[in-house]
Amino acid sequence: MKLTLTVNGTEYARTIEPRLLLIHFLRDELGLTGSHWGCDTSNCGACVVWLDETPVKSCTVLAAMTDGRRVTTVEGLARNGVLDPVQEGFSACHGLQCGFCTPGMMMTARWLLDRNPNPTAAEVREAISGQICRCTGYENIVRSVLWAAGNDGNDGNEGNDGNDGSDDDGRD
Amino acid sequence: MDATSGGGAYGPIPRKEDARFIRGQGTFVDDICLPGMLYGAVLRSPLAHARIVSVDAAAAAAHPKVMAVLTGEDLAERALAWMPTLSGDVQAVLATDKVRFQGQEVAFVVATDRYAARDALELIAVDYEPLPPLIDARTALDPGAPLVRDDLPGQNGNKVFDWAAGDREATDAAFSAADVVVSCDMVYPRSHPAPLETCGIVADMNPVSGKLTLWVTSQAPHAHRTLYAMVTGVPEHKIRIVSPDLGGGFGAKVPLYPGYLCAIVGSMVTGRPVKWMEDRSENLMSTAFARDYHMHGEIAATADGKILGLRARVLADHGAFNATAQPTRFPAGFFHIFTGSYDVPAAFCEVTGVFTNKAPGGVAYSCSFRVTEAVYLVERLTDMLARQLAIDPAELRMRNLLKPEQFPYTCATGWQYDSGDYPRALRLALDIAGYAELRREQAQRRARGEYMGIGLSFFTEGVGAGPRSQMDILGLAMADGADLRVHPTGKAVLGISVQTQGQGHETTFAQIVAHELGLSPDDVEVVHGDTDRTPFGLGTYGSRSTPVSGAAAVVAARKVRERARLVAAAMLEVAADDLEWLDGKWRVRGDPDQARGIAEIAMAAHSTLDLPDGVEAHLDASAVYTPPNLTYPFGAYICVTDVDPGTGEVKVRRFIAVDDCGVRINPMIVEGQVHRGIADGIGIALMQAIVFDESGNCLGGSFMDYLLPTSMECPSPELGATVTPSPHHPIGAKGIGESATVGSPAAVVNSVVDALAPFGVVHADMPLTPAAVWRAIQGRPIRPDLALS
Repeated sequence: MKLTLTVNGTEYARTIEPRLLLIHFLRDELGLTGSHWGCDTSNCGACVVWLDETPVKSCTVLAAMTDGRRVTTVEGLARNGVLDPVQEGFSACHGLQCGFCTPGMMMTARWLLDRNPNPTAAEVREAISGQICRCTGYENIVRSVLWAAGNDGNDGNEGNDGNDGSDDDGRD
Repeated sequence: MDATSGGGAYGPIPRKEDARFIRGQGTFVDDICLPGMLYGAVLRSPLAHARIVSVDAAAAAAHPKVMAVLTGEDLAERALAWMPTLSGDVQAVLATDKVRFQGQEVAFVVATDRYAARDALELIAVDYEPLPPLIDARTALDPGAPLVRDDLPGQNGNKVFDWAAGDREATDAAFSAADVVVSCDMVYPRSHPAPLETCGIVADMNPVSGKLTLWVTSQAPHAHRTLYAMVTGVPEHKIRIVSPDLGGGFGAKVPLYPGYLCAIVGSMVTGRPVKWMEDRSENLMSTAFARDYHMHGEIAATADGKILGLRARVLADHGAFNATAQPTRFPAGFFHIFTGSYDVPAAFCEVTGVFTNKAPGGVAYSCSFRVTEAVYLVERLTDMLARQLAIDPAELRMRNLLKPEQFPYTCATGWQYDSGDYPRALRLALDIAGYAELRREQAQRRARGEYMGIGLSFFTEGVGAGPRSQMDILGLAMADGADLRVHPTGKAVLGISVQTQGQGHETTFAQIVAHELGLSPDDVEVVHGDTDRTPFGLGTYGSRSTPVSGAAAVVAARKVRERARLVAAAMLEVAADDLEWLDGKWRVRGDPDQARGIAEIAMAAHSTLDLPDGVEAHLDASAVYTPPNLTYPFGAYICVTDVDPGTGEVKVRRFIAVDDCGVRINPMIVEGQVHRGIADGIGIALMQAIVFDESGNCLGGSFMDYLLPTSMECPSPELGATVTPSPHHPIGAKGIGESATVGSPAAVVNSVVDALAPFGVVHADMPLTPAAVWRAIQGRPIRPDLALS
């Protein structure tokens, strides 16, 4: 079947098997290997990307379901080479070790901060509670997201409030 | 301190490796894509024990996208149907005679895409003749028990080994003389490390050059290269292992797995690269499990709580093949460190390993070669003794902890602890916790009918294997090399044999070298995970990277520094003895402004500068480090829980961890390691278990059933540190990677049992799920290893 969608602001048209999972489409067809496959059962969240404005677990979304829609992956977090504060926060606060869950965690974190710019630690924990990290015990992920909240709106974060309409990639 | 001045490169600097990961630019095995690459998939046994009558792969082979199908018979023709394990046993690569656990590898398909490979698996017809499975380890040695390993000549029963350590008579005498003896049966359930990245490989056999390149999830790429050479017959210099970014390992990526070998043969057969990535169920059901120890422990003491002796009798479930990864001479790993952190005059333990129809493995999951089980046993027994004697568990521990002046200390089973100040660590943990206030709060809550628990554990590990005289894996001594090249402009490249799975080696090892040479960590590039570019060594597990490979890096850097001294002497036209290393430079004694740093010296060493006879040009150096002893990190942990007796739900309210791993190179990374281990401890104590039903069906085969802790179950840890340098490590460092995984489960269980004390509960086995806690309160504890009760 034919699939047309926008990923990180770029439109793609491909012919795919109807059964193809979104995670495999992104990784194997488009070469966007930042999103990871970890469990098959929607438990781990290493595969979290945005479908339009909503984080989804791309291991349980058919690529076919994204026809005409926008997908945003970790590769779309930075803007014009400038890191998102969430990315900076994960490095500043040692929010990652092996780095496998990190892309999914960061996509959820950005989604949270766009809706709740000043979350509490408990709110961050709830937001990432559908995702698994085997390295950090979550504490430094929470600190990373709170760090990003404290640094949102600084240089490097243009577009995160995203109402300028100039960059229609699903991150508004 | 200025990180460039020498002696100042340690500290909590951000990690170098983060830059690629936060951009989604890590390179994990499944990210590797080679031209013409094919995809493999494994057909697995649905039964735990069955004879294979026939395997018909004709329909699969006829699938238009299938390039090859391998069965056990195909591998047998290449003498590859069986492979050696890390414990001197053999393991079936693809089954030829029987299947011996659910999920065992039976056939392998190579196809043009990963979906087609899975499709073709369903076209393979296997005729099984079911056999009665052996699932309950406690019946393994019964007469008439199903024989798991009829393939082994002379194997008449299911025993793998009997092993003992300590002095039986002295221990019996200590027990006879004791005022009080407390004993308990406890199970350390089978668990799985479940790194978020599963195991996988891209195997590329180049038919022209004869070179076999493997991108593979390996914690020990060099040791694996040797094993692949021995197994496949490909000459070792024609094998290159690349272990790229690993999405966690925790011990799961130490063994060789059948899928790796199938992919290699698949590449040999097709002449094209073959990728195989297991899925999560395959990972949980077939790769290295951990623990599975059925323990009977006894502790003997005087009436005032002085521990006199410890005894343990262990039944170890090794699954269908003895594939534990541990030093050869220690079939039960380092379990015999089970006297823990206490001054115990007499101790004796016996371990019997048995085969069952379960997945093979054994030592995996951050356990420091089974110190985890040992710590759990002694810390549970210590708590029970405290309860029996009505002595506060902190006080009882304080009375029995080794004292600083007793180090170096040789314990009753022969381990030589290198250094420690245990009372200081425990006091600090009690201070952070506000222990006395917690006990007052607990009393008040109990009076209100609320069940709050306070659990302690104190652990000592022996990590950094290991001494040449005592430790090897398949005959390979456990030494590690380091290769340090200093370029003319003073920038350095360090090649190491160990393999990060997230521990941050690229940063920590750069700091180690920078610290020795007066460089910035930014000036040191760390290369690892590629056997063509790094020196030989046994890899990363058992918290051995910093104790062994870190020491090798120090020794290499100090060789560079000494060579630099000779070059600096020529530059400054003074005798080498007139120079001293100070603030990161070689300086003339009494005239410290006359100085040369490594960058200047490196350029001179590569220049036409006239060097004294016998002084080599350049500054490059290498080293191989054989540790004289293990390092012995230790720590004091306190866990505060709240238990709902109506539902059995346990909430971990606080977790206090004081760790002493000697000198900390990057304290931020060290604390991250401790955070991880605390999450492990909470998971293992409260939810993680690989359980089987009576037919041998694995009930923990997905993350729907094998529960891992999330951000909602893990508290915000409260950490403390003491620093007792290792006297034999060149920079005084000890391992830290597994400390919290080893030490924390006992604290959680002690806390829950403490909370349940008003119900008369003295012990309950992990995992303390709501059902298990509720049943313990009812006086009908659940047996945690089988879904039989």
